[in-house]
Amino acid sequence: MTDIVIIGAGPAGLSAAAVCAEHQLKVLVIDEFMKPGGRLLGQLHREKNGTWWNGWEESASLTRRAEQSGADIRLQTSVYHLQSDHQGWNVYTSAGIIKTPYVLLATGAAEIPVSLPGWTLPGVMTVGAAQVMANVHRVKPGNRGIIIGLNILSFAIARELQLCGVEWEAMVLAPNAMLHPLYASPRHAADLFARTAHLAPAFWMRAGGKLLSFSWAKTLTVRFFPKSGVNVWGIPVRLRHAATEIIGKEQVEGVRIVEVDADGAPKPGTERDIPVDFVCVSGGLYPLAELAAVAGCPLRYIPELGGHIPLHNEHLETPLKGLYVAGSITGIEGAKVAMAQGRVAGLSIAFHHRKGDRRLQEELLHAVRDVHQTRESAPIQFHPRITEGRKAMKELWNAAHHNG
Amino acid sequence: MNDARIRTHPILGELPPRKEIRFAFNGIPMQGLEGETIAAVLLAQGIRTLRYHEASGRPRGIFCNIGHCMECRVTVDGIDGIRACLTTIKEGMEIHAGRKLPAPLKRGGVTP
Repeated sequence: MTDIVIIGAGPAGLSAAAVCAEHQLKVLVIDEFMKPGGRLLGQLHREKNGTWWNGWEESASLTRRAEQSGADIRLQTSVYHLQSDHQGWNVYTSAGIIKTPYVLLATGAAEIPVSLPGWTLPGVMTVGAAQVMANVHRVKPGNRGIIIGLNILSFAIARELQLCGVEWEAMVLAPNAMLHPLYASPRHAADLFARTAHLAPAFWMRAGGKLLSFSWAKTLTVRFFPKSGVNVWGIPVRLRHAATEIIGKEQVEGVRIVEVDADGAPKPGTERDIPVDFVCVSGGLYPLAELAAVAGCPLRYIPELGGHIPLHNEHLETPLKGLYVAGSITGIEGAKVAMAQGRVAGLSIAFHHRKGDRRLQEELLHAVRDVHQTRESAPIQFHPRITEGRKAMKELWNAAHHNG
Repeated sequence: MNDARIRTHPILGELPPRKEIRFAFNGIPMQGLEGETIAAVLLAQGIRTLRYHEASGRPRGIFCNIGHCMECRVTVDGIDGIRACLTTIKEGMEIHAGRKLPAPLKRGGVTP
């Protein structure tokens, strides 16, 4: 008999697995991928202190800890349904139905696609796809490419891919009107620079470009944008150009770009084609909450957290008995926050299972505080208003709780 | 071997040696390394088109590379709808790209 099924072997799921197993629960972790680690696997960036954050090694050590504590990790297994009955949860997997009193959804996030003419051509992929191809599977996704979509994720991955010899022709805006407004216009791209520059000067300093000295980055004044773009790590970042079409017959041959005004509206007659052999698109991330939805868990739309989020409290309980959430399904944040949340969920489940152990309660309080501290010390936020989003969820939970 | 594999990486280091695996794609015998996905091993050899759209016949390749988008589905040992990005190659595996399907009854079976 399994005490808890954890869906997703990423930073949140593996951390929770270790905690639950250390508290003598019988843990089963399920993941579709062939390696444990989730999206942590491909991450590679420099920390504030100059050392490298190597997601591959972090994944290996999380996996080791979970397995040494006694957790069972089942890979290449898909979960397609979740249903409760009077005995607990039935987890429907590609390897059969598993019964369990507790389920932790640590499914993470998926990328928001950017659709424009030509986006189905072979050679067009999401930035995350390119990251996994290069850093996990160790195959170069292409030689010379363009990134369509300016956001924290696309910048981070652009840098990572340079390490394996990928050359970037440019980074341009995604076509207007089809994306989250946050990513669509030069005004918002400048806003992103300015806000992240304020939050994490070290990130942009390391970026090589002297972004902080640009007057527009400080003042948010769009008319000061250099039309030729700015240079980040040797990549021309074109804040005044958007992609309109990906060109090619059997595969990618190039990208058509157009000049845009401060709000992202294209200027007719300024189109030109840039030859490249591959294209990465990036529309940001959204929480993977489908399993919570089919399980019957109420969802709340909180844009600051990335979209529709299962209703949950700070102990990562949902309103459904035995159903817990941790990691990016609760809001888009980095791997370190996911790990801290995994610990909270693990302790929360162990506390419930042990029916109120006093020492566990203290550990749980500690772990919740640690999530806040980890968030505050994160070098970069996917969404600048993440704290407001977390507060909004807390209020929505309280409102639902008080109304019965 | 001249291919797109990243054998040395400034941070991730050397690619560890692995057993060679033989498989076939569209009937053509090929080789890969143990643990590689169908999508990765084909891309390493410059093959990007994994299927042709069932209705339009337009070429498709990997898009999300982590199992969400279903764009990379291929036929493996006779079973169709297998995601190339999540499936690792096995000795003797026969992989086929998806093809455009006939639509004899489209527009009531009348050819324009």
